[in-house]
Amino acid sequence: MTSLKRRSLLKAATLTPIASTALVGTAQAQDRKDTLLAANELGPNMLDIHGLGANRPSYSVAWNAYDRLMTYGRKKGPDGNPMYDFTKLEPELAASWKMDADGMGVTFSLRKDAKFHDGTPVTANDVKWSYDRALAMGGFPTFQMKAGSLEDPAQFKAVDAHTFYVKFIRKDKLSMPDMAVPVASVYNSTLAKKNATEKDPWAAEWLKTNEAGGGAYKVASWKPGQEIVYERFDEWKSGPMPKIKRIIQRDVPSAGNRRALLQKGDIDITYNLPPKDFSDFAGDKGTLKVASMPIENSVFYLGMNTAKAPFNNVKVRQAVAWALPYDRMHESAFYQRGAKQSGGTGDIKTPVWPQPHGFKTDLVKARQLMAESGVGPIETALSFDLGSATVSEPAAILIQEALAQIGIKLTINKVPGANWRAALLKKDMSMIINRFGGWLNYPEYFFFWCYHGQNAVFNTMSYQNPVMDKLITNARFAESKPLYDGMVKDMVKLAYDEVPRIPLVQPVQDVAMQNNISGYTYWFHLEPDYRQLVKA
Amino acid sequence: MPLTILKRLLGTLPNLLGIVVITFLLTRALPGDPAAFFAGPAGTQEAVEQVREKLGLNKSLPEQFVIYVKDLAAGNLGQALSTGQPVRQELLARLPASLELVLASLVFAVAIAIPLGVAAAQRPNSWVDHACRLVTTAGVSLPTFFTGLLLTYVLYFLLGWAPSPIGRLDPYLTAPATLTGMYTVDSLLAGDVKLFLASASQLLLPVLTLGIFVLAPIARMTRASMLQVLSADFVRTARASGLSGTTVLVRYALRNALLPVVTTLGMVFSFLLGMSVIVEKVFAWPGVGSFALEALVASDYAPVQGFVLTMAVLYTLLNLVIDLLYVVIDPRVRLGE
Repeated sequence: MTSLKRRSLLKAATLTPIASTALVGTAQAQDRKDTLLAANELGPNMLDIHGLGANRPSYSVAWNAYDRLMTYGRKKGPDGNPMYDFTKLEPELAASWKMDADGMGVTFSLRKDAKFHDGTPVTANDVKWSYDRALAMGGFPTFQMKAGSLEDPAQFKAVDAHTFYVKFIRKDKLSMPDMAVPVASVYNSTLAKKNATEKDPWAAEWLKTNEAGGGAYKVASWKPGQEIVYERFDEWKSGPMPKIKRIIQRDVPSAGNRRALLQKGDIDITYNLPPKDFSDFAGDKGTLKVASMPIENSVFYLGMNTAKAPFNNVKVRQAVAWALPYDRMHESAFYQRGAKQSGGTGDIKTPVWPQPHGFKTDLVKARQLMAESGVGPIETALSFDLGSATVSEPAAILIQEALAQIGIKLTINKVPGANWRAALLKKDMSMIINRFGGWLNYPEYFFFWCYHGQNAVFNTMSYQNPVMDKLITNARFAESKPLYDGMVKDMVKLAYDEVPRIPLVQPVQDVAMQNNISGYTYWFHLEPDYRQLVKA
Repeated sequence: MPLTILKRLLGTLPNLLGIVVITFLLTRALPGDPAAFFAGPAGTQEAVEQVREKLGLNKSLPEQFVIYVKDLAAGNLGQALSTGQPVRQELLARLPASLELVLASLVFAVAIAIPLGVAAAQRPNSWVDHACRLVTTAGVSLPTFFTGLLLTYVLYFLLGWAPSPIGRLDPYLTAPATLTGMYTVDSLLAGDVKLFLASASQLLLPVLTLGIFVLAPIARMTRASMLQVLSADFVRTARASGLSGTTVLVRYALRNALLPVVTTLGMVFSFLLGMSVIVEKVFAWPGVGSFALEALVASDYAPVQGFVLTMAVLYTLLNLVIDLLYVVIDPRVRLGE
């Protein structure tokens, strides 16, 4: 019989070995001058942008630790900071390229001295393997390649070790720019193949946690949900050598703490604080630097489901557009961060997107339109993604208040992140607040996803109009500039006449940093590019 | 003795089995669609189906369950989609961080609450008793995210006494070699005092936040239990026999009052594990709580199941430890006879 007594337990406790400790200090403090310390809300969830479920911060790993054949040029942005220039392509891994005479193909000559982080030289076979992989992995990378009419592995050919050829299947002005986006990163195929298995020929498992690139920075260590540390790759040849030797990017989810860290000088830079915090920073410019760039081709909007009553009635939609409290929303929901999308003349003069519409708050007109529509009092729901609640919630409340005055009673429906995507796909929400931005800065690219009758997931209003479809398709492949401009203007006009969605604000990319940090550049992918930063 | 412990452990197996079934069903009952989430923002209906197939979510529930149990038997908790890592690895890496936080908070709370409770019981309705009442009421009524932010604002931002709330260690320092996974312990084992101080100072704010919250039940329980014991006959006898005040208080009264306090400690420990979810978020502490929360938001089944299972195992072990503690404290208690 065994029993447990006090005495036997106490005895056992004294027998537990006590580890001896030698008191020698070995803590290594890194040189702070050569290190940049960034704190962002979220870090990468994998190191492979092609991977299933790769999150936004993983784009930044692709951007800093991998190279592409080409990159974009830079220009001065509207707030004085440098931004990328989507009209200008510059060499990265490719030293030069030549278009075919008929414009149906392009030949890249790769740098002969470029190496991956493990020392293997970069060859055309690596490029071919990487592009094939982007097509084979499915989901986001495949979709992004297709956006530039890069659809078939047979289009890519490694001519010799340093010559790579891409055949175009149609004339698409997005083909070349699409080869400079993060998805078109070049992987070390020799290294990746070593870690591929029969079941996993593209080394998807291994590359999730291991980096196999040749970019300006090596991933020195990565603790998911905690931090990623980059070290400069001193043999990088594809651009000007970065100034900062080491980057530490920590995950700090609480916006309040990130703000405190920055104001106390404990971190160097932070991305994406809520608008309220940034509007406070902007007030004390002396101590911190804030870069604010309107996010291209991106709009926060109120969408109405045109496939269902009551918003299948264009008069009801117009009534809503005349009733929204644009000014108050801009002040109390967006804290005036971002370009207001109301207050235009209503006359579409330029072929640009986004541009302000002509609606303003006019309840008399709104009520009149409601009366004309013949639709009685309306009760419906306004939904938004909980993930965007800092901005969407106050906006929703203001909208609810305003629409109550024209006989539309709204209940507010907050949808958690996981359900939001599924809900968007179902397309049964009556009214939503949402945001969409296109990587490639062309109006017809935006309209293709958001207004085209193919009814992609981003056409959250299920808007169908053959006239619109034709305009979008024609604009995409238009070859004459005046013709193209006309089509874009018609597109925007139609979108504002029928108002399936009402643009509220063009969001801004807000980055706050210490005064001694310079060289921040705005990129379309909105993730940090550490290569150009300088710490004085 | 080992046999008794083994028997106790075997006895928990049915519980664990029940937990496995329930978490499996509960996660499936969540309204979100992981396939739609992980197909990404640009996912078409086709892409979603593709992802669903890849995740094995197109199979029937019983089939999915069999696969899950088989994996579990092989020690495989599945893949966390939101972080891209195997769940087991994630939990192993993060659990020490949470435990370090929770244990340190518990030690802090006990170190303050028990003396406070004893002092309050000794002189009911004196200023100590009122102070005890104030501290405990304030502790429970302030939500932890609020105390966390408040403490950060005052101790870090205004006064600069606490280090930056940026995680487990100053970013410029290198973490100690992993033995237990708790930085404070590992740095001591490595004999690195400087590193120990650095990691201990990072604990300051989150431990204060959690500690203040759990002070209340421990102090209240100590006070109540002490009051009862102090009015017992044997205490009066001890006093009448001329034993010194401290001897009576500590050796006779406190020891007899400790049993209910230890029970409370067990409960408080499990509270702490739950509370740490929010505190981990506020202080960028990479523990299991924040991991599970993120997974839940993404309807990422494997980590949620893994988290609940780990917690269940932890809780079972905790109960065992508490039972053992009873034996240590009170010679009258025996287990397994």
